[in-house]
Amino acid sequence: MSTRAVTMVRLVQQRSIVVLIALLVALAGLIEVIRPGAVNANWVSNILEFAAPLGILAAGQTLVVITSGIDLSVANVATASAYIMASQAPFGVTRGIIAGLLVGIVVGLVNGVGVAVFRVQPLIMTLAMGLVVTGTLNVYSQASVRSVPGVPDVIHTLGSGTVLGYVPVSLFLWALLAAVLIVGLRGTGFGRLLYALGDNPEATRLAGVRGWQVLLANYTACGLLSAVAGIVLAGTVNAADLSLANVLLLPSVAAVVIGGTSIFGGSGSYAGTIVGALILTVLNSVLTLLDVADAVKQVLYGAIIVLLAAAYTRVLGRE
Amino acid sequence: MATSVAAKVSGPAGINAGRAVRRYGWTVAVYVLFATLMVATLIVKPDFGAFEWNTLTLAALPLAFAAAAQTMVVLSGGIDLSVGPLMALANVLALRATVGHDLRYSVGVALLVLLEVTLAGALNGAIIVLTRVPDIVVTLAMSFVWAGLALLVLAKPTPGIPLDFQNLAQGSTFSPWVPNALLLLLVIPLVWIPLRRSRAGLAIYAVGSDRNAAFRSGVNLGLSRVLAYAVGGFFAACGGLALSMTTGVGSPLAGTYYTLSGVSAIVLGGVSLAGGRGGMLGPLAAAYILSLIPAVLIYLGIDPNYGQMIQGVLIVIVVMIGGIGTVLRRA
Repeated sequence: MSTRAVTMVRLVQQRSIVVLIALLVALAGLIEVIRPGAVNANWVSNILEFAAPLGILAAGQTLVVITSGIDLSVANVATASAYIMASQAPFGVTRGIIAGLLVGIVVGLVNGVGVAVFRVQPLIMTLAMGLVVTGTLNVYSQASVRSVPGVPDVIHTLGSGTVLGYVPVSLFLWALLAAVLIVGLRGTGFGRLLYALGDNPEATRLAGVRGWQVLLANYTACGLLSAVAGIVLAGTVNAADLSLANVLLLPSVAAVVIGGTSIFGGSGSYAGTIVGALILTVLNSVLTLLDVADAVKQVLYGAIIVLLAAAYTRVLGRE
Repeated sequence: MATSVAAKVSGPAGINAGRAVRRYGWTVAVYVLFATLMVATLIVKPDFGAFEWNTLTLAALPLAFAAAAQTMVVLSGGIDLSVGPLMALANVLALRATVGHDLRYSVGVALLVLLEVTLAGALNGAIIVLTRVPDIVVTLAMSFVWAGLALLVLAKPTPGIPLDFQNLAQGSTFSPWVPNALLLLLVIPLVWIPLRRSRAGLAIYAVGSDRNAAFRSGVNLGLSRVLAYAVGGFFAACGGLALSMTTGVGSPLAGTYYTLSGVSAIVLGGVSLAGGRGGMLGPLAAAYILSLIPAVLIYLGIDPNYGQMIQGVLIVIVVMIGGIGTVLRRA
């Protein structure tokens, strides 16, 4: 390999986000080729609107994955929060939103206690909590309300309203959260502790860090972000049924991985996850344009995610 | 950590009580829990008879295979989140091919389905080994591929599995208390015991408990991991066929429940998710426990919707107890 090629590879490895953005543009170009004129301001607005809930859900996932954990309950929490928000909204929208967010905080806290205090593997802890959340939600839905509750107007506006014709309202919330996360992960002690815990928990402990407190706060934050994502999603699709966000579990993990955060912890960024979420949303849009059966779409979606992750691992030499 | 491997290499031949407790304690505890639950069931429902026992074995059969599939993969240090869709794939393939045929033809089809889904499992493993993408990501994404394929084979739930084929699981050939669904579980030891005693089986344990040490001992890491996923695929196929036999229906969405429940069963059954520790006995009992809970709820007159919740809570409690054990041992 020539010196120039080596420099190129090194540049790509260091600036992986550039590659991701190039991929994003390429996918948009593909749509423009399939259906000329499809890529316009309206399309961009739609993509952002549908990427926002996924991006917020994947934000929590990013935090947990950086500490070398995983949260498989994010989708269940998002669904439950949205449902409880909607079913409590008739008693006051504020009460509904608080109730919804509380679901996320409580589940996140329990996940955190399991992982941080009892040292349960994150995978099994969050999987089991996902079962508990969905089971409880089923019981709750049968006991309290017979019909699927409606989404209050405020939430509908938050999820699918636009400003100046094209800018989705949810984008403001997403941008705010993104700014807090990107700055927080890089610039605060808490953020750097997350990387430290993911990279080498033993060294972190020897350095005098109370790792369990950090993890507890982290899983709680993840639960809260999942709840926010669920509420935004309910506004986007203008419904809150019992399986609202369940399809977003794989994308939430995939967005993190495609975005360059190592599933083994210790490295990565939320900026990458944002691009990952956008890529997945555009990919969905490509598959919708292909006009094939849902089953084929599902097969392609899974296969492309494997290919993307494989290419990423190969090209950037990461695991 | 690597008790199972280390035990063969070092240590005197005499019985070591501490090690025996560490190795078999959890499995014994799971069987005690199952026995306690059975006694509780008999108290709640005094007329629990052969019919109810048969129903339980039918409900537990697919879950037991799902747990066996997951155990294989987890022992090798991986995880397969596509077990449910693989089961669904086997289930719908079986329906498409057997509908309107006799028993002999159906059994032939079943063998073919076993082969196909074993290859699907091997493909999961091969992708993980070749691309080096983490197993969680690959199998989660592949779960979409297998579920999509199952939908392509069969768009919606359709009855029509030949009755003779269904009776392979639903009848009781020998005694009402030894239903066929219980005997079919013998497939697991028939595959598992020879495998565990072979070099390949030991290699799977070795790869699961310490990949570096296994590599330095000359174990072919890639091949062992692919083998684990392939055998996992075989058990998932058995689970899918079990669904065909116990329900008589081919359903593209039938498997969804079994991915999570399979993981629950192996954790309850004492298989370490870190890999290399555990066996098949624990997960089998755990599959029966998890199937017994909804039945008991129905006997008690409680809404079976609580079942999922109770399952989750039970697993949280069990893993937390396991976690305390680890923390205390370290301290």
